Amino acid sequence: MRREIPTAIAFFVGIICIIQFFIPHRPFGTLVDVFSDWFGIVAAFAIWLGALNLLKVSLERSFSKKKTHDRWYGLVVAASFFLIFIIGMFMSGGDQFQVPGSRFDYLYVNIYTPLSSTMFALLAFFVASASYRAFRARSWEATLLLIAAFFVMLGRAPIGDQLTGFMPEGYRLSEVANWIMTYPQVAGQRAIMIGIALGVASASLRLILGLERSYLGGE
Amino acid sequence: MWMEHPGWVLFGTWVAALFTLGIATFLYKDNPVYKFCEAVFVGISAGYWFVSYFWQTLLPKLGYPFYAGVKTMFVGPAEWGWLVLLIPGTLGVMMLLRLVPKAGWIARWPLAFIVGYTAGLRLITFLQSNAMTQLQNSVQPVVRYDASGQFLGWESFNILLVTVGTFAGLFYFFFSQEHKGVFGRVARVGTWFLMITFGAAFGYTVMGRMSLLIGRLDFLLADWLHLIR
Repeated sequence: MRREIPTAIAFFVGIICIIQFFIPHRPFGTLVDVFSDWFGIVAAFAIWLGALNLLKVSLERSFSKKKTHDRWYGLVVAASFFLIFIIGMFMSGGDQFQVPGSRFDYLYVNIYTPLSSTMFALLAFFVASASYRAFRARSWEATLLLIAAFFVMLGRAPIGDQLTGFMPEGYRLSEVANWIMTYPQVAGQRAIMIGIALGVASASLRLILGLERSYLGGE
Repeated sequence: MWMEHPGWVLFGTWVAALFTLGIATFLYKDNPVYKFCEAVFVGISAGYWFVSYFWQTLLPKLGYPFYAGVKTMFVGPAEWGWLVLLIPGTLGVMMLLRLVPKAGWIARWPLAFIVGYTAGLRLITFLQSNAMTQLQNSVQPVVRYDASGQFLGWESFNILLVTVGTFAGLFYFFFSQEHKGVFGRVARVGTWFLMITFGAAFGYTVMGRMSLLIGRLDFLLADWLHLIR
């Protein structure tokens, strides 16, 4: 029963969602609306589960008998979590917690935003080093990759048009970049999107029909 | 508000600048300052989503309606529609039981609900918006004329390029047949278009990251150090 009931739930909910597309009336339309609300609630609990699990793992690592040199970072994780949790739950005006000027917003602007944007900005350097390796024109395919990236990068920066300002209209870097983005790039993108759609459809069918049950884990 | 006091604004700017520099130290090598900032980022992110989902989803969709329903039992005409909220509420609590090792298997029920709902919805939306719409846009007349009957060579070429590129790309994704002969040659043309797509996506990503980096440098040099305007 530990596997049969979850499989039945997935089948019932999935089939209702599919039928609702073809018969968008009662009871299927109403059921999917209700499922949508329930999905939001259960997904919120899933986010909570992730956060609580992180807290559990971090604290276990900090207080474990195994003395690793980085175990104190678990305490930093927990302290940061509790800091924003207490301020967001009890000290930021309830559901108005995100209003500019609230204590929660202060933490968001001065801690979360700089940390996340610097973390992603660092990728610029790693991308530069990766592109050095990827952009060596060793084959025709690699050359195409190089040319497309070169035109898009230069075409999207002001320097691109400054460098090619002497060229007639339609041949400047920004216009070449636009052409690449509108035609050849779209062709590849469409092939990828159609491929993804077919893959998602088959994977979804396998999940709904219970042929794929790996998400239920072992036992 | 107290946050607008110049002292707090200055303090916030310093905290943001130090965290920015702390993360940037990773460019040298992995070090304790970076690890500290990383741990703060992980904790703050988890707490941020925890709080956001509580106020934005759980309370308005579950907490408030549930409370209002229970209240009708004591004041006014009793309503029973709220009882249905017990289902997602129970599924949510079952999800949290994953944290208890012996009761972890109970979390399979809410997980199955999420998987079933996502699979059912995605199957239709992906087929409709990705497969059908993209195919519809690709299957078009390639020879174009304007209203006066003049042949539009460049536009026709571009439409032909997209059509040929899309179908050649699809040939490449056909893995049930060996890429040999005519089929292989068409699939090879498909890889050219895919390479252009990847190159363009790469260029776009680089520009996005560069823009973030410029944003951080602008913050450090203008807002923090006041070296530039």
